[in-house]
Amino acid sequence: MSTATLNYPKPQKPWRPKQRDLVPTYLGVIATLLGTWALVEFTGLAGKLGAFGAAVLCTTVVSTFLAGRSRGKQAAKNAAVASLITSLALLAMFPVISILGTVLVRGTKGLYTGFFTTDMGLASVNDPLNVGGILHAIVGTFLMIVIATVISVPLGISTAIYLTEIRGPGSRLIRFLVQAMSGVPSIVAGLFIYSAIITGSGRGFNGLWGALALAILMLPTVARTAEEVLLLIAEDLREAGLALGATQWRTVAMVVVPAAKSGLITAMILGIARIAGETAPLLFTTGGGDATNLNPVDGVMGSIPFAIWKALISGSAESNARAWASILVLLVLVMILFFSARRLGKARR
Amino acid sequence: MAEKQIPAPRTITTKPRTSDKIFRGVIFAGALSSLVILAAIAIFLGLRGFEILAREGLSFVTGYEWFSSINSDGTAGEDPSVYGIGAMLIGTIVTALIAVAIGVPIAIAAALYLNFYSPNAIKGFLVGVIDLMAAFPSILFGLWGFNILMPSGEYWAKLLHKYLGWIPLFDVSTPFFSRSPFIAGLVLAIMIIPIVTSIAREVFSQTPLDRIQAAYALGATKWTMIRAVVLPFGYSGVVGGAMLGLGRAMGETVAVFTVLNIIFQANFQILLGAGGNVASLIILKFGEASAEEIKALMAAGLMLFLLTLLVNMLADLLVNRTVKQGR
Amino acid sequence: MTDNVKPSSLASIAAGNANRVPGKNALGTGLEARSVHAWFGKNHALANVSLDFAAGTVTALIGPSGCGKSTFIRTLNRMHEFIPTAAMAGEVLLDGRDIYASGVDVTKIRLKIGMVFQKPNPFPSMTIGENVLSGLKLAQLKQSNKEELMEECLVRAGLWNEVKDRLGAHGGSLSGGQQQRLCIARSLAVNPQVLLMDEPCSALDPGSTLRIEETIRELSETMTIIIVTHNMQQAARISDYTAFFLADGHPGMMIETGPTSQIFSNPKDKRTENYVTGRFG
Repeated sequence: MSTATLNYPKPQKPWRPKQRDLVPTYLGVIATLLGTWALVEFTGLAGKLGAFGAAVLCTTVVSTFLAGRSRGKQAAKNAAVASLITSLALLAMFPVISILGTVLVRGTKGLYTGFFTTDMGLASVNDPLNVGGILHAIVGTFLMIVIATVISVPLGISTAIYLTEIRGPGSRLIRFLVQAMSGVPSIVAGLFIYSAIITGSGRGFNGLWGALALAILMLPTVARTAEEVLLLIAEDLREAGLALGATQWRTVAMVVVPAAKSGLITAMILGIARIAGETAPLLFTTGGGDATNLNPVDGVMGSIPFAIWKALISGSAESNARAWASILVLLVLVMILFFSARRLGKARR
Repeated sequence: MAEKQIPAPRTITTKPRTSDKIFRGVIFAGALSSLVILAAIAIFLGLRGFEILAREGLSFVTGYEWFSSINSDGTAGEDPSVYGIGAMLIGTIVTALIAVAIGVPIAIAAALYLNFYSPNAIKGFLVGVIDLMAAFPSILFGLWGFNILMPSGEYWAKLLHKYLGWIPLFDVSTPFFSRSPFIAGLVLAIMIIPIVTSIAREVFSQTPLDRIQAAYALGATKWTMIRAVVLPFGYSGVVGGAMLGLGRAMGETVAVFTVLNIIFQANFQILLGAGGNVASLIILKFGEASAEEIKALMAAGLMLFLLTLLVNMLADLLVNRTVKQGR
Repeated sequence: MTDNVKPSSLASIAAGNANRVPGKNALGTGLEARSVHAWFGKNHALANVSLDFAAGTVTALIGPSGCGKSTFIRTLNRMHEFIPTAAMAGEVLLDGRDIYASGVDVTKIRLKIGMVFQKPNPFPSMTIGENVLSGLKLAQLKQSNKEELMEECLVRAGLWNEVKDRLGAHGGSLSGGQQQRLCIARSLAVNPQVLLMDEPCSALDPGSTLRIEETIRELSETMTIIIVTHNMQQAARISDYTAFFLADGHPGMMIETGPTSQIFSNPKDKRTENYVTGRFG
């Protein structure tokens, strides 16, 4: 029986509400808006929270009423809950928008051309905004990130390889410890470096100690992401390598790791994103220098978070504006890292 | 048919090549780094702070007074130094609990919304927004919290006090609402929402599909299905996620320091602008501390480390139990 | 039903069914599908299926894997639409009214048209007793004598004797066959007119399968049952009517339907004959 000439109907979705069915919904939306306006006008509910609360209340009441009227009590309860859950979820999104907007608006005010090319060696945070910049901070952050990466990425990937390829004794313990380590507060990492290296030894603050503290925080992120990525590599790839007579290390180095390459890079980027904005550990280890310092082992080292911290603590209008501008730079850096990691992650699939 | 003797299994051995032995050794050494680092943290902080801990004993944790009698020029003052982090420990716990009380319900609602209510077209975008928030540095929350959230936070605190002030928690001894544990807790709540949402989302998505379908086939609405299937399944995982959020809130330093008015006293009136937590204590005192006081700060750091370690380990146990269950 | 199944041909098994009198229809006038099509995105999975399920009968849907039987059965209780790319056309009439009409409350439809799945899925967070009554809780239905209802459902599902002393035990503590009977009892508690069963015995051992087949025959006296099955002997054993589905490169279609004995002994379509005689599938 040939189907080529049969006249088939078009696919439909009869469970989607038709225009006619939506009339009560449109009326409901209007009622909600009116109700919210009325509540805000005539009761004490003012301000952002008040308006939001009034809107949530009206939406819940109206949707519950509409659902109950057409489909009964359980539909009404369902609609009420759906309305509340959606409102709370919106509430969760709100801070991001506020933060991004504020940083953009206030941060751009403090920027000027010399911002990226001068440092604070000869300026104070309370100086007018066109004096001094964050060159020292950018250099410092960059150097420390590089050092921290060089330390934590090999260790993190080793840990991941041990857990997924060698699967030797103690794997459960090590996995557990890595997870525990990711919960170590950043201040503890800084304090640890201070207590282990700086206290009582006469050694001063410098960039290397800061990088060590950052490496402690970066290691768990790199290890966990790398482990997830390596686990995704199908077992038959490893078996193919071994069946060809390769030793385990050759299989890992030449088959597994290249297959996981983009994922491992993602692990590294996520690790960097984790530490790029960390402040507390640097407060105990780097000294927060104001002049551009290219030597990580000699002398105090500035960084973007420390520069923001200094500006924040100072409290004047100029320093506040400086803090916003610096944080704009930091946020741009973090977002670049975040989106690169996401792009790499999607490309993998 | 004659019974054949079933042979015993052979033990299979292999002698790895030298290059593989070296490989395994190197990788194993790298993998031990976590163990080494965690142990080193505990050891060094303990060593440096031991003197103070031995001296104060249990009152280090329970005592409310922190007084260093060593002057900045190194000479000893008249009264003996006393170091007790009790007030700050309470502050750590109070602010973290406020953060969890506000943040976890919102995070659970957001996770339910993303998994079960949001239209497919915008779900990816919203998930990205939440994940982006998890990447924001804490100093950003401190700056934003101080400049933007504070005025609104004070206003809400005043409202709470006006209508619910008869509850001792919301009463204030003086009407000073700025920079209170409530506001610090609010900022912390916003900081932990992304993490808890992310974990809750993963836990909820592991709910076995056939149970969800069974519920719908019985005539459940979306909410009754969630209540009967999703929430019981994900319960321990979500509790684990909440505890991870708690651990994060306990260890948070910079955001709290910026937003909280650090006064050394235990403050249960969360709307009153006074309080502190252990982390901000360390930052506050570090700049001008004498050698002895630094030892005390190390001991405080050790306490914070142990506390957050405990909370995080419990949390991981709970989350892993649920997430593995679904697979 | 005889315990010693000796006939070698499916036809004679089915012939034994011909003497059963389909149950009285205290429950409506049955279910009818009219020109049902189903799509997943652009993939036309099911084309032009029209079947009339008389009240109180057992209808088996047979055919090789992937021919759209499960998709079809899911259009009957509006579970098909859970898949985001799903679309359909045609009508499904319960008691003469289209369940896809606008304004229909889908949760109420699912109370009238129940479903038992391939893999037994009792709710593990509830006890056995709570599982049986879970349908009432989920749909928020009031019921005055819950104990009686629970016992009645478990009796009808053939599970009462085995669990009556441990109604407080965990839902997951039963064997596979017992779990599936629990799921059947659970579906019965909301008093459906139609029960859809998607290969309910394929994950079970032969002993449990026979028990459930007994249950199905007893249930058919008070409701309409539609069962998807891979097992032709099962179809011959328990069904009054059979519909054969096939999808060879085209969208799945219902090739032939009729009384079971006729389908197995004297099919009209060559493809049906090939399938029931085991030439393929």
